[in-house]
Amino acid sequence: MTFENFNRLIAGISLQHEVKFDLNARPNAVLLSPDDLIPVCETLYRNPATYFDMLSCITGIDNGPAAGTMEVAYNLYSIPFDLHLMIKVILPREAAAVESVSHIWKSADWLEREVFDMYGIHFKNHPDLRRILMPADWEGHPLRKDYKHQEYYRDIKVEY
Amino acid sequence: MKGLLDQKFENGGVMVTRLEDLLNWARLSSMFPMTFGIACCAIEFMSTGTTVYDMDRFGMAPRATPRQADVMIVAGTVTFKMADRIKRLYEQMAEPRYVISMGSCSNCGGPYWQHGYHVVKGVDRIVPVDVYVPGCPPRPEALIGGFLKLQEKIRGESLVAPKAVEQLLQQTTLAEKQGV
Repeated sequence: MTFENFNRLIAGISLQHEVKFDLNARPNAVLLSPDDLIPVCETLYRNPATYFDMLSCITGIDNGPAAGTMEVAYNLYSIPFDLHLMIKVILPREAAAVESVSHIWKSADWLEREVFDMYGIHFKNHPDLRRILMPADWEGHPLRKDYKHQEYYRDIKVEY
Repeated sequence: MKGLLDQKFENGGVMVTRLEDLLNWARLSSMFPMTFGIACCAIEFMSTGTTVYDMDRFGMAPRATPRQADVMIVAGTVTFKMADRIKRLYEQMAEPRYVISMGSCSNCGGPYWQHGYHVVKGVDRIVPVDVYVPGCPPRPEALIGGFLKLQEKIRGESLVAPKAVEQLLQQTTLAEKQGV
C-alpha cells in the first residue's frame, strides 16, 4: 500500500508521535511509537478501505546491548484487497514492553507469547503471557544477543 | 518338505540346549520396540517397519505402550522439554529393557551441539543407551544394523547368573577383605 494512502487513513486519529516510513523494508514498513500502536492497528483493522484482517507474523529483533534497542515487527495482510504492510515499533532494551494486539487479532496471542519467550519483551494486557516453546522453568530468553544458557537444566548438563 | 525345526522334532524328538541360550534366543527374537518418534529419524524408523525393510522378520512389532515394549528407539532430537517425558517412558518399560539411540541428535546433539540451547547433547545424559546408530538420519539398513548389534548383546547375556549381581558380590567381598 502507498504511504499517501496510509497518511490519509491515519489523518483522523490523533497520534502522540511522528510516524516514520522505512521504504527499504519489504513489505514497506511504518515505524510507530509504542504509544500509537493500538489506535493505528485498530484503524487499519476496521477501516473498510484497508480491512487488514490478518496478522501473519510478529517478529522480535534484538539490536544488541550497544544499540540498546529492541524492535517488534508486525506483518499485516488484507485478504480482500491483497495489501501487505509491516508495522515496526522500537523499544528500549531494558524492560522492553509494548501493548498487546491480541484483542484485535486472535493470532497475536501465541505470536506474542513466542516473542516474549525468545526475547523477554513484555506485552501489556496480554490474556495469558507465558512461555510457549521453552520449558516453563527455563532461565533467560534465548534469542537475546547477550544470552548465556544455564549450566544445568533439571540436573542435565546443557553444554556439549 | 517340512520345516527344519519340525524335522528335528520328528527325527529325534529331543533338542538339547542351555536354558540361558533358549531364553536369550526367545528374547532377541521378539524385541518389541515402542511406537515412539521425535523427529526426522522417526521417518526412517517408520520405513524400517514397511514391507520393503520388514522389521517384522526380526519379530519386532511396534507396541503402542511402554508397558509392553522391550526396546525404546530414540529416533530424533531430544529437547530439554522432551527429556522428562523420555525418562518417564523409559521408567514405565518393564525390565529387561533396552535403548537404541538413533541418529546424530540423540547420540550427541547432532547439528545442535554448539548453538542448540534447547537440545540435550545426547540421550545418554537421561537414560542408559545400549546401541548407538550413527547417521543423520540413518537409513533403515543402518537401523537394522543396530537391531543386529542389540541381538548380539542379548545373545551374550546371562539371566541365570546375572552379571550385575556377580559384580556386586565381588565388590562386597573385596570390601570385607579390606575391612571397610
